[in-house]
This record gives sequence, C-alpha cells and structure tokens, in this order.
Amino acid sequence: MKIVVCIKQVPDTTEIKIDPKTGTLIRDGVPSIMNPDDKSGLEMALQLKDENGAHVTVITMGPPQADLILREAYAMGVDRAIHLTDRKFAGADTLATSHALAGALRKIDFDLLITGRQAIDGDTAQVGPQIAEHLDLPQVSYLEDLKFDGDKTFTMKRHIEEGYQMLEVEAPCVVTVLSSANNPRYMSVGGIVDAYQNEVEVWGFNEIEVDEKNLGLKGSPTSVHKAFARGLKPAGELYEVETDEAVGIIIKKLKEKFILN
Amino acid sequence: MNLEDYKGIYVFIEQREGVIQNVALELLGQARKLADELNDKVYAMLLGHNIADQAQSLIASGADEVIVVDAPELAEYTTEPYTQAICQIIEDRKPESMLIGATTLGRDLGPRVSARAATGLTADCTKIEIGKKGELLMTRPAFGGNLMATIACKNHRPQMGTVRPGVLFAMDADENRTGEVVNYEVKFNTAKFKVKLLETVKEDTDLIDITEARILVSGGRGIGNEEGFKAMDGLAQTLEAEVSASRAMVDAGYIGHERQVGQTGKTVRPDLYFAFGISGAIQHVAGMEESDLIIAVNKDKDAPIFQVADLGIVGDAKQIIKKLTERLEK
Repeated sequence: MKIVVCIKQVPDTTEIKIDPKTGTLIRDGVPSIMNPDDKSGLEMALQLKDENGAHVTVITMGPPQADLILREAYAMGVDRAIHLTDRKFAGADTLATSHALAGALRKIDFDLLITGRQAIDGDTAQVGPQIAEHLDLPQVSYLEDLKFDGDKTFTMKRHIEEGYQMLEVEAPCVVTVLSSANNPRYMSVGGIVDAYQNEVEVWGFNEIEVDEKNLGLKGSPTSVHKAFARGLKPAGELYEVETDEAVGIIIKKLKEKFILN
Repeated sequence: MNLEDYKGIYVFIEQREGVIQNVALELLGQARKLADELNDKVYAMLLGHNIADQAQSLIASGADEVIVVDAPELAEYTTEPYTQAICQIIEDRKPESMLIGATTLGRDLGPRVSARAATGLTADCTKIEIGKKGELLMTRPAFGGNLMATIACKNHRPQMGTVRPGVLFAMDADENRTGEVVNYEVKFNTAKFKVKLLETVKEDTDLIDITEARILVSGGRGIGNEEGFKAMDGLAQTLEAEVSASRAMVDAGYIGHERQVGQTGKTVRPDLYFAFGISGAIQHVAGMEESDLIIAVNKDKDAPIFQVADLGIVGDAKQIIKKLTERLEK
C-alpha cells in the first residue's frame, strides 16, 4: 500500500501571547511544531506500515524552514519526503493551498491520502476535503480509527457529536484525522541520524500539475479584510474578601440578575 | 461570474434522524436579520428523507422559502450525495451567500461544496456583518483565538460561512409568518457514491449539550481533583446547571471532551457562567466571553479570567463552591 500524509508546520498557538500595548501577536520565541492532527495522521500511516507494510510519503507546503518537520517525519519512519515551495504559492487561502497540494498529489501514486482534520493556526478543517474534491476522491473526515482489510477496503471510525459512525470506503480515498486518534511515536535515535542523510525533494510549480490561476493570492477567493486583537470588555468588580462575604456577594449578584429569587 | 446574478441568503438546515438541529434555527435567525438589512430573502435548504412536514417550522423561524430535497439518497448524511444536492441548487438558483452549521457534518460538507463551486468559505464565524457594497464580512478567531480576522469573499459567489452552534441567536418562532415550500428534485450521479455508512453509534456521554445550558458551572486547574468536580456537580444540581471545564481538566481526564469550553471545545453563551479555578487562557475565553453574566473565582488576583468577569472573587474556589452550595440549599 502507498500512503501519502500531508503535514503542516505551525506556531504552537498555546505559546502565543498578545502584546497588550500594540494588540499584535508576539511570535518571537514561539516554537514551530508539526501540527498535532497531522502528526496523528502520520502515526496512523506508520501503524498501517507496521501492520501491513506500506510505503509512506510525507508532503508539506511552506517556507524553507518547514524542512524541519519533514526531517522529523523521517526520524519517525517515513520513506519519502517532499517539500512544496514556490513564490507562486504565496498568499494562498485554503482553496488555493488545496489546489497546490492537489497539483503535487497528481504526480504521486497512492492508495490512501491522510491529512490532519485541521491546523491549530487556522482551525478551518478545509484543506483535506478540498484536496479530495480536486482529485475527485471520496473523503471521510474526523477520523478516529481505520482498519485495512489487506486488499482494498478500509473500515473507518468517524467522530460525530453524539458518538461515532462506522464507514466503509475503497482505496483510493482521502481521510482527515483527529489528534485524539492515537499517540504519535517519538523520533528514534537511528531515525534522527537518518533524518539528515535522507533527501528531501523540493518541488515547485514546475514539478506539479495544476492551473496557475488557481494558485496563491490570485487563486484565493477569500481575503483578510482586517485582523485585530480580541477586544476585551472592561473588567467588572473584583473582591478579595473572606469566603462568607464572597458567597454573600455572589448571591446578591444572582438576585440582582434575577437568576435567584 | 456576474455578481449581480447572485441573490438570496441560503441556509443549510441540518437535521439528524429527522430532527432539525438548533444551529440551523440560529443560522436562520441571523440570515433573517441580514436579509432584512439587505432587502433580500432567506432560503432554507432542507435535505433528507421524509422530512417535508418540518418545512413550515422553518418559515416560522425566519425562512421566506423552504427548498425541500426529499430523497432516499439523503436519508443519512454522507458527503457526496449532500454535496451533489447543494451544488445543484447553487448552479440553478445562484445564491449570494450560504450559511452552514460548523458541526462535524457541516465542517465535512462545507469545504467539499466550496471546492466544487470554486468559491470561498469562512470557517467558524463568530460574527457576520454587511460591508459597504452589501458583501458579507465574516469574523472568526485565528491563531488559537489569539487574533480575530474578518474575512471577505469579494469576487466569488456564494459567499460561504460556517458558524458554530450556540454562537448566533434563533428568532422566536412566529407561526403567523408566511412563506413558500418548494419541492426540489436532484439528479444524482450515484457512480460517485463511494462511502458506505455501516452504522451510527450513540454514546451516552455526548447527549448533554453544554451549548444549550442556561447556567454553566465550569472548573479549571484550581478545582484540583475528582473531589473538586464532585463539589461542582453538587452546586450545579442546586442551580439546575450543567458542569463544564477548561481544557486542562479534560486532558487530565476528570471530565469528557464534550463538556470542554473553548477554542478546541465548545462556544457557550449561557445566562450565567461560573469560572472556578480557571485562569482564563485566551483559548478558553474565546469560548465563553459572550456569556451574559460571568462570575470568576481564582486564587490569583492577576488571573486573566478577571478581565472578562463581571464579578471576580479572589479566593479558594473549592471553599467558595462548598459554602455557596450550602447557602443555596437553605
């Protein structure tokens, strides 16, 4: 089986702070990581490889420093890594991003394409399904688990609000994976050594199969009208008093707001 | 694409087992407001099987026209049949904008439809406004809720957006409202139906929907342990409230993910939100700051939760819960 996993390098959003004076993001010192949902997608691919034997390729689209997560993927055990980077891709929204990735994926033979459900910097959950549409492949999103029958059929467990659904799909298909699906393995020591000896293929516009008008800023139907720091409302009353008095204040407030009679 | 040809605000009506989901009514409420401002109409797209009898309720909730697509292929949701139906409506009727609930279903359907229709989709909007040219400006959190971004879709139609449940407000159903119900037939390309749904399994834990609670008693690290949560349960019972939590408590395993409030959990807008021992990381605040009344208790007087709280108490959350429960029980 041939598996491709799309991964993305993202800022660790739990470490981001806002500058209270300027209202802008402080990115300095914020670590870049492999997006958590993507990492679980990669782990799912590597587990399929462990169980059934598979050839696993990772692909990322991003600036030169995104090389780091491809090295990390090598150290976890992938067989091939592709770095998609070109100025023509710059300024892409989710649709233009999905076109660039789909363009690259047309050049790769695969039975299963895995993406994370969503990336923590944007939380849109759009790129996976959009790629599936461009490649005219079936999709299953919000994946918690997947079993392969050894021939061509996958049985999938999809998370929904009330519980889960079991679905059946034949290869080739696209899935988007939740970070709760598994615990990604650590890089192995041998893997870390190999990671820097293995080749990362760098692909640009000329290596992929896509209509240029669908790429980058030009290919993006959405644009950011404005971005701003979340406006916080003025702070309310604050009391530092003994427990009994505090409870009294709370009850008074609840009565004031007609929550208590 | 001639933008002038595109008209109407279309709302995808999510139903599960024939039950119309609240988020659909919330979207209708918002669509109604936008349409009144734009002097446009609201169209509800009701897809499913044997669901036509529910169309009238959508008119009462704000629709001018209900487009009913009743087909056995749509009895249960899978991506392709629903995408085909919506895309045929887009081609036929040329909607100016389209709203979908940001549920596990809507977030599966939305991007597939937007890619097929080659248009823009803004995920998880928290606010929808009208711009100078009558275009929709959709605001959403980015970077884990650290930043808000307002997104426009200038030259493509429909302008699509998904909105999480509990963010918008449904209008009070008005049985006197009038509107049209239209049966719409879709020609399916069944050769593209490749995903087979084997079964849907419901788990008890997810039956509670904290987005519908009027009062939430929410706990974070300062609640400490299982005992702390038991105390919260007691207070919640006294107040007829539901218990919710910050991500830290979910990760620690004290409470299920379905009760998590915040960017990676749920967005809530109860009448009253108690934040006990929650520091107020931006990811959490993003999910609860719109609550009507926020009462926060935290040991640390510099905790950021106090910046959004209407009433802040510097103190031991566990003590306060205990005393407050005792007083209320009297």
